[in-house]
Amino acid sequence: MDRRKFLKTSGAALGASVIPFLRFLPADAAGRSDTLVVVAGNSINSLDLHRKGTNRPSYQVTVNIYDRLVRFGVKTLADGSLAYDSTKIEPEVAESWTVSEDGKTLTFKINPKAKFWDGSPVTAHDVKWSFDRAVSLGGFPAVQMKAGSMTKPEQFKALDDMTFQITIPLPSKLTLPDLAVPIPFIINSKLAKSKATEKDPWATEYLHKNPAGSGAYKIARWDPGQQFVYERNEDWALGEKPGVKRVIVREVPSASTRRALIERGDADLYMTVPAKDAKEFMDGDKVKVSGAPIDNCLHVLALNLKYKPFDNVKVRQAIAYALPYKDIVSAAAYGRGKPMFGGENKTPADTTWPQPFPYDTNLEKAKALLAEAGMPDGFETTLSFNLGLAHWQEPTALLIQESLGKIGIKVKLDKIPGANWRTAALVDKKLPMHLENFGGWLNYPDYYFFWAYKYGHLFNSSNYKNPEVESLVDATMHMETNDPQYAVNVKKLIGIAFEDVPRIPLYQPYLDSAMQKNVDGYASWFHRQLDVRAIKKS
Amino acid sequence: MNSKVKMVGWRVLQALPSVFGVIVISFVLTRALPGDPAVYFAGAMADEESIEQVRVALGLDRSWIEQFFIYVGNLLQGEMGMSLSTGVPVAEELMKRLPASLELTLIGLGLAIAIAVPLGVLAATRLGSWIDHLCRVLVTAGVSLPTFFTGLFLIYIFYYLLGWSPSPLGRLDILYLSPPHITGFYTVDALIDGDMEVFIASIKQLILPAFTLCLFALAPIARMTRAAMLGALASDYVRTARANGLRRSTVLFAYAFKNASLPVLTTLGMVFSFLLGANVLVEKVFSWPGIGSFAVEALVASDYAAVQGFVLSMALLFVAVNLIIDLFLTLIDPRVGTGE
Repeated sequence: MDRRKFLKTSGAALGASVIPFLRFLPADAAGRSDTLVVVAGNSINSLDLHRKGTNRPSYQVTVNIYDRLVRFGVKTLADGSLAYDSTKIEPEVAESWTVSEDGKTLTFKINPKAKFWDGSPVTAHDVKWSFDRAVSLGGFPAVQMKAGSMTKPEQFKALDDMTFQITIPLPSKLTLPDLAVPIPFIINSKLAKSKATEKDPWATEYLHKNPAGSGAYKIARWDPGQQFVYERNEDWALGEKPGVKRVIVREVPSASTRRALIERGDADLYMTVPAKDAKEFMDGDKVKVSGAPIDNCLHVLALNLKYKPFDNVKVRQAIAYALPYKDIVSAAAYGRGKPMFGGENKTPADTTWPQPFPYDTNLEKAKALLAEAGMPDGFETTLSFNLGLAHWQEPTALLIQESLGKIGIKVKLDKIPGANWRTAALVDKKLPMHLENFGGWLNYPDYYFFWAYKYGHLFNSSNYKNPEVESLVDATMHMETNDPQYAVNVKKLIGIAFEDVPRIPLYQPYLDSAMQKNVDGYASWFHRQLDVRAIKKS
Repeated sequence: MNSKVKMVGWRVLQALPSVFGVIVISFVLTRALPGDPAVYFAGAMADEESIEQVRVALGLDRSWIEQFFIYVGNLLQGEMGMSLSTGVPVAEELMKRLPASLELTLIGLGLAIAIAVPLGVLAATRLGSWIDHLCRVLVTAGVSLPTFFTGLFLIYIFYYLLGWSPSPLGRLDILYLSPPHITGFYTVDALIDGDMEVFIASIKQLILPAFTLCLFALAPIARMTRAAMLGALASDYVRTARANGLRRSTVLFAYAFKNASLPVLTTLGMVFSFLLGANVLVEKVFSWPGIGSFAVEALVASDYAAVQGFVLSMALLFVAVNLIIDLFLTLIDPRVGTGE
């Protein structure tokens, strides 16, 4: 087949910017320093994060092809791994910003170097349209915007072409970091509007398959269910030039096949490795593993206060003393979990979150507490877990079942299919004892408490209700971290969580990725997706 | 001959109630699935309000009866609805993925027939010989080895250890672009396009998964061929043919095999449908972008339209295959349709 003919046939692929790359690579594409081959277990289903039904793996597209006003910095961890830094907010499309005296108005200056792929400049009107879209389409984007106190289009104003302003009802520390999450991405509004229809004013049909952004990468090709390909945007000027020219993300559903591919060297990077494989990669020397504990995320055993005897705090504490923490971390998490047990202080010494709870495996103490609660012989209950997360939840549940049996609590295991899990655990909140894994995108303890400890909130699957927690969370949520009251309130909240244990933390999970030794710059992100912009390959 | 045409027409008409039954059952079953699509599609952090918005947007706030009539109305216009999770019309998705599954299944089945039928015939004619034992071993292996195990085992040996096979990354290696879409079968399309390189590449990708499927399909076909051949060889007409001094090959093929092929053909129809089901696991292991993995994803997400579309198209395929097998049988079987 000659070159000309090849060019002709490749025209059938997505978009106009298709380049005839794959055909001209030498035998092993993974060996080339300008092409990165990534294998992932999930399939993306949209290029538009605001669309209803866009799945979690698709977030990575938004991260890489769109820009936001601001972004988080990256820090180096003690073991040399890289991770995002929730305390450092850097400019992206906004070259600078100011916050008004009363903290209610944020004004952003747009960087004139920010250009959409079609060459037109990014203006405040594009930002306004994109933000309006994020709060208007409903679903998850609207909820995430609300966390930053942004709920309606009237809050966003384009003062002139290059100045954008957000007004919030009350000053909040969450607004600025919330602009760095994947949701408020900036769309080429002129292009999108030209594709909008009366029925579809936000151009969801168009943007679902045709991204219109300004980011460091473009989508060169998308074969749903098989692969998608990023191609570097050579004109991107909002940061260091990305190290690899193109990134091929292949969807490989079987974990064993993914493992074979990375070990054989046919893939450069394996995103989100199961803990067992991560441990074995680290013990071997073929590939390297980079991982960090996921910020603000805990794997917990939740006890539902709506069901007896979990309404009794003594019973909850007894269970917290009866869990086989060490075995869970070693057998269920394969050591890829940060221990959250055996804390030395009964009350928190600082505002670190998550921090170890003051419980450890102590069956004598557990029995005594159970006796104090009037149940020396134990009771029977059901422990539910999510089959979709069986890789850690099943071994964990078995270990808990065995250990609780020793203090007389007979546990029946209840496996719930992944599709049914959310409804049963989080919406109806009808599982007496279950495993849960909430992680908050914004890295503040009060944000975690907002979702997981406030009554009626989605991740409070324990039906826990404490008036003090309610008022403390409300008072602290928007407070600046340097406010003297902040530390006092957070410590109080953590102290209550220690004492009341409606959620018993097991460990803080790691997010691990495996890669060839010549791949550098990989960082762990709170959104748990691959940010390819910083990756280099030698 | 006229009666044969009538019979075929009658047979086609008989398929209609089953198709309607499938439409009703698939509709009711998907509604009875655990899990609430509105909750699922509202996303990880959605609250009551946004879940409700999604429910209305999906039309799930209407009654089942109303939803059913809308669904049937759309079907009559040839629309299977939109897949929620991919945002693409279900029909389009199926048309893209069905060829991938069919190509794999047909090649696997073809391989299985090519091996199993001669094996079964030989085993029946040489009872107790080594070939009979080989047949037994293969049948036992085919029945007892789960397909995903065979698949992983083959990958481990031929890709991971020996490096003979290309990486198990679906229909084509990263290096190649898919041939222009004509039939959707990559091998056929590449041949039409005259691109031998892509043809060979797609054949290479097919070998391991097709062989995995073949091993699974081998067992019932070989067993049925052997049993049917044994029955035929022990029958009166074969004894008569032999007594009349006909040549051994004539007895074997014209008398015994022709009669034995009837149950084998019926079995083939069944095996083909089983294979389409068994595909799901093979597709997962080999990252094959087929219809099976699409259906599983849709099931997990309670993606109603996609699940219904999948069940419906499978049912139609099943009906069509059975129809074709029946037609074949009438052509082969001297007892059918030539009475008058």
